[in-house]
Amino acid sequence: MIYLYSFLFAGFICLIGQVILDNTKLSPGHITSLFVVIGSSLDIFNIYDKIILYVGGGALVPITSFGHSLIHGALDKASDFGPIGIAMGMFDLTAPGISAAIVFTFFLTLFFKPKD
Amino acid sequence: MNSEKYQELIDKHKPKERRAKNALIAFIVGGIMGIIGQFLIDAYSNLFSISNSDAAVFMIMTLVFIACLFTAFGFFDNWVAFAKCGLIIPITGFAHSMTSSGMEYRKEGPIYGVGSNVFKLAGSVIFYGVVSAWTFGMIRLLIMGG
Repeated sequence: MIYLYSFLFAGFICLIGQVILDNTKLSPGHITSLFVVIGSSLDIFNIYDKIILYVGGGALVPITSFGHSLIHGALDKASDFGPIGIAMGMFDLTAPGISAAIVFTFFLTLFFKPKD
Repeated sequence: MNSEKYQELIDKHKPKERRAKNALIAFIVGGIMGIIGQFLIDAYSNLFSISNSDAAVFMIMTLVFIACLFTAFGFFDNWVAFAKCGLIIPITGFAHSMTSSGMEYRKEGPIYGVGSNVFKLAGSVIFYGVVSAWTFGMIRLLIMGG
């Protein structure tokens, strides 16, 4: 059942993005930035946590979960250190994705040439 | 019906149909990405007997690796052109934008080429993600008490 919810939720997010992309002048860069902001704003009332509970991987794959992870790590640290903790814990949960992308990009650009 | 009117009708209907098709493709491809994500979480948590949240980190790293590798091989660009938001909105789009801009500026050297241009597109995601997370985090911390 969680696979069906994953399919529907991740598909629905992508559908919204595609509709915005086709019907407005916004570029993919605008849309991904917008979705990150939406993802972190959904964490104000713990809405995204509840979505992840029901949807599982489908909620973790779209870029909205990136914004959610940012604010989630920040609030975890903030419970110990107060407002300064928000800056300390900001990248706690997103660090693996960003680090992995940087390292893979470094090695791949060393070995591969662009096709054209 | 004369040919001019016919042309007008075609113009009115053509982009609409393409939009519906794009939206459907984005929905299906995005949904499949969601299923892959959930499948990887289940697989990793069973394989290494770790918690679901740790398995989610492994899953994101796997998707990032696959997207970077396929972009370097050159055929991920065609997939993105076909599926559009179906692959841009998932974390694969983030990885694809980094590797593709890295490859694009490769000839300008490792520092001013790759190093400074890798975050050309992904930088805005991180930038506004941090700004919004800080703002909403402060709201939660100061107004709602954490």
